[in-house]
This record gives sequence, C-alpha cells and structure tokens, in this order.
Amino acid sequence: MILGLYLHRDSPVHRWPAGAKLAALVAATVGLLAWPGWTGPLAGAALVLWLLRLARLPVKTVLTQLRPLFLIMLIFFGVQALFTDGGWREGLVTTLRFAVLVLLATLVTLTTRIGDMTAVFERVFAVLRPLGVDPEKMALMLALTIRLIPLLVGQVQDIRMAQRARGVERSVLALLVPLVVKVLGLADALTEALEARGYDPTGGVRKE
Amino acid sequence: MSSLDTRAMVLCALFAAVVAALGVVPPIPIGFLPVPITAQTLGVMLAGAILGPRLGFLALALFVLLVAIGLPVLPGGRGGLGVLMGPTGGFILSWPVGAFAVGWLARRMTAGTRPLPLFVCCALGGIGAVYAGGIAWLWLVSGLPLEKAAMGTLAFVPGDLIKAAAAAAVAATVRRVRPMPV
Repeated sequence: MILGLYLHRDSPVHRWPAGAKLAALVAATVGLLAWPGWTGPLAGAALVLWLLRLARLPVKTVLTQLRPLFLIMLIFFGVQALFTDGGWREGLVTTLRFAVLVLLATLVTLTTRIGDMTAVFERVFAVLRPLGVDPEKMALMLALTIRLIPLLVGQVQDIRMAQRARGVERSVLALLVPLVVKVLGLADALTEALEARGYDPTGGVRKE
Repeated sequence: MSSLDTRAMVLCALFAAVVAALGVVPPIPIGFLPVPITAQTLGVMLAGAILGPRLGFLALALFVLLVAIGLPVLPGGRGGLGVLMGPTGGFILSWPVGAFAVGWLARRMTAGTRPLPLFVCCALGGIGAVYAGGIAWLWLVSGLPLEKAAMGTLAFVPGDLIKAAAAAAVAATVRRVRPMPV
C-alpha cells in the first residue's frame, strides 16, 4: 500500500486532534496574511521552529519535503526583489511569510494520520450537505481512490514495460490510450462488484 | 450530487487514481524546468475530455483532497497542505476547474472524436482555466504585479500545449474505441 507523509513520533503535537490542528492552521494563515510588516512573519517563524522541535520531527525529512519549494521560494524572492516597489526588504518579508505558512502546513501533514485527516474532511462534507455534497459518497470515493492508486501505478508500469518491448516507450499515446481503455473496463468491473455486494447509491442517503 | 450512481462514483475514483499514478511513476522526460511538470496535467485534460464536466471536476476534486490529506501523490513524492499553500498551489487547486472547463467546452463544441476541437478544449480548459487560477493565486498571495506573475508562468505554456495535443489525441482515440455518453 501507498504510504502517507505521516511520520510517527511520540509528541504532544502528534496527539493534538486533527480538527484542532487544521482549524489552527486556517487561523494562522488568515492572521499572517492580514498582519502587515516584519513582526508577523518573525513571530510565525519562531512559532514554527518551536513546534518543529516539540514535534520531534527529523530535520532531514522536513527538508526533503521542502526542497522543491525552496527553489520556488528563491525564484519568488528574486522576482519580488527585482520587480515590486518594496524592493528586497518587502520581498524578504513576503518570502518569509510564505515559508512560515508552508512550514506550518507541512507540520500539520507530517504529524496527522491519513485516517484522522480523512475523518476531519468527512465532518466538513457533512457541514456542506445543504450545498448538495453527499458525505457518505465522498467518503466512499475517497477510500476507493486511495485503494486504487497502487493498482493503477502497477497498471502504468505494466503498460510501460509492454510498450518498451514494442519499442514505443517514448510515446505518450502508447501509454495513455491502453491505460484509459483499461480504466474504463475496470470501472465496469468495479461497479458490478460494488452492486453485487449490495451497494445501493440511493440507499442510506438522507433526503432533505 | 445526489444523483451520482455507482458507476459515476467509481469512474471519479479511478480517474483521481490515474492522475495520482501519473505523478508517482517517473515522468516521461521533458525536463529543464524548475517547477516539476509531469503527465499529471495530461490527466486533468483527459478527465475532462472523457468524463465530461461534472465527473471530471469531481475526479480532480478528489485528487486535490488526496493531496490535502497528506498523500504523496504529486511529482517527487510531495503532497500535503504545504504544497497547496505555496506560491504555486493555485495551479493544483485549479485542476478541478480545468477539468470542468475541458469537459464543458467539449460538450459545447460537440467535439466528439475529432482531435482538433478536442485540442482546442484541452488547451482552453487545461491551460487557460488552470493558469488563470494559478496566476490569480500567485498574484493574491505574493502581491506581485499581475503581469509579472503572468509572465513568470509563460515558460510552461509550450510544454502544456504539447500535453494538450497528446490529451486530445488520446481522448479522440479512446472515444472512438469506447464511446461514452459525455
């Protein structure tokens, strides 16, 4: 099975409820974006560093997650410094603010189990029910997707190998056409399997 | 959404998984660019072109949700809320809208199995709608002037045009082989 980004440690940050962490993240984001000047990002940076220590996450793993972002940040800073009225100072503040936001979000991801995170989103779907969102269906689709990813990674690898044997490994068409056709076939099989096991898309759904 | 039948749900889950799988397997090399571009945007266009607007949107919304809950389904094993909140997060957040736009245009233009109209749909929806969202996000969160934010992303348009052409060809072929009510 596919592994999430969750990293288990015995820390208070890991024990905080997922919903609280997500809510705090949203609050911190709004706060940071609304707070002008140096102090906000600096306070945020101090908070993030403290939380990272508290969560006992290995520095290396956090850095690996951030490496591609670091490059984007660098370009981002460069563009800010060169093209905005605020010059490099303003650019530094904006870049720092961003780095703090991204680190906070990464922290939540690394310290929260996929299952707990999914549960929070299911509660969010339940709130969205009046808008036409069906929480049970969303939850089933999410679970199905997570289960199907390893299967499809396998399919992609199989097709790639088959096409390499035919000498067309560089053709996008030779990969995607069989993949999509296979997926459509899988959809029929999975639908039958679900319904054969008594799944009824209209059943158990509260009508409002 | 209450009218989603089992097959529609399964299709959405499958296409979300396809987009994830395209991010996990090593990309078909286009290289030389700092922001990782892979076959995933191809998946966005395909979902719209093959599933239609509503299911295409839902499939990509599922995918964004996977990223948000912390599955490493983006290129390079990345994922999590940090990526979505970064300066380029808007591009990923716009994928559901992109898939919707591709599907909506394809239906509007009755593109059927003709590659050229499909290419136009994929380019307008998969590039136009996605870049609009991505640039707007970059502009909002960075305070960069809009035209500078837009200029910075122009480098990726040629690669994405190639992908739109590929997606159109794939969609045309698949629709010929397996007609679907879109």
